[in-house]
Amino acid sequence: MLRVDVTKQLGEFSLEASFESQGRVTGLFGASGAGKTSLINMIAGLLRPDRGIIALDEETLDDASAGVHVPPHRRRIGYVFQDARLLPHLDVRQNLDYGRRMNRLAADPAQLTRITDLLDIGHLLDRRPGKLSGGERQRVALGRALLSKPRLLLLDEPLGSLDEGRKEEILPYLVRLRDEGIPMVYVSHDAAELRQLATQIVMLKRGRVTALGGVKVLT
Amino acid sequence: MFEISPAEWTAILLSLRVAIIATLVATPFGIALAWLLARREFWGKSVLDAVVHLPLVLPPVVTGYLLLLTFGRRGLVGAWLADNVGIVFAFRWTGAALACGIMSFPLLVRPIRLSIEAVDRRLEQAAGTLGAAPWQVFATVTLPLALPGVLAGMVLGFAKAIGEFGATITFVSNIPGETQTISSAIYSLIQTPDGDAAAGRLVLISIVIAMGALIASEWFARRATKRLHGN
Repeated sequence: MLRVDVTKQLGEFSLEASFESQGRVTGLFGASGAGKTSLINMIAGLLRPDRGIIALDEETLDDASAGVHVPPHRRRIGYVFQDARLLPHLDVRQNLDYGRRMNRLAADPAQLTRITDLLDIGHLLDRRPGKLSGGERQRVALGRALLSKPRLLLLDEPLGSLDEGRKEEILPYLVRLRDEGIPMVYVSHDAAELRQLATQIVMLKRGRVTALGGVKVLT
Repeated sequence: MFEISPAEWTAILLSLRVAIIATLVATPFGIALAWLLARREFWGKSVLDAVVHLPLVLPPVVTGYLLLLTFGRRGLVGAWLADNVGIVFAFRWTGAALACGIMSFPLLVRPIRLSIEAVDRRLEQAAGTLGAAPWQVFATVTLPLALPGVLAGMVLGFAKAIGEFGATITFVSNIPGETQTISSAIYSLIQTPDGDAAAGRLVLISIVIAMGALIASEWFARRATKRLHGN
């Protein structure tokens, strides 16, 4: 279970969000500038809330009044950024392996094969990120986050930088992922996308939660 | 004309040794400082930045004299080091290396700092979300991506160190075989009758070394750009 109850002042913009999610895929829905990215950056630990609490399952990740702030590398929360952010000096295989190495987990070739099959990136392993298409890059970023064995996966408009054709290319993989059972927080401004993926919706408008519930709230 | 005498060889090899040691010892400090200046905000940062650049703008003879006062046999640090660690800088080649290291430090730090600043912080964040602790992020993301800049800084620092004259001669004098580098050998030769030919040879050699260093530095800079664009 993910519990978020935070406030954050970012220049002129104030974010005040409170929600709980039991859902397998929590869709964070809102127009650009609604505070979606700031919110998941806080869940990831990249941004520190001014006030409030973030908790995942039984663990408190942020508690501003108690001075608790677990740094991103200790949260075991995977993050797929809109711009993929693959490490340019490493090839695809090394990118996929990065999280495992940093967490000092034992090599798991079976899992690697499973994920590369799931995302159809097995043929890209020896390439550098600079030689990948946008859709391929996003699939590798997904695989990289998954292979770090996260407790929760954050996806910030993973289709946002792709054209329509590419979106159609990635969406089925995301559906497969959902059915894998890893809890996800999925950020999007596209209601159709969320209707296909999300099991619960948090609607954000100008830094405030305006609706909570099933995908019905999108209509 | 191009017979290099044993005395000239001694000066050339000493210069190389002094400049290589100075660069190798200064590099870890240079990387640490460049990272601080590029990535951290702290009280006194602009003062620290100014102090690092001081050897670039001070008359070298002033830097040499300050080194003599600090690291000489009677200097505060020099006396302590001689008594407790057994390292003597005054009138030794080690002193020449210290002078060269300090004089070349601003040139060493600058390209490293610029290349660390050019590393996309969003990549460092991504590494953090994958479980990399800050020191792991530095070792596996920041440093590898900044490496061409580190090498360029080392080359520039080396080129400066090998040509250093004013601070070195002030601090450790001009003793053949101990502290007489190419520069101070040229200085002695042009004050000697008939020293012109030998001075000319050493001048030529220092031009070759400096050109080589600049070309190498340029090459590293170009690799840096390529690397950051992910090819």
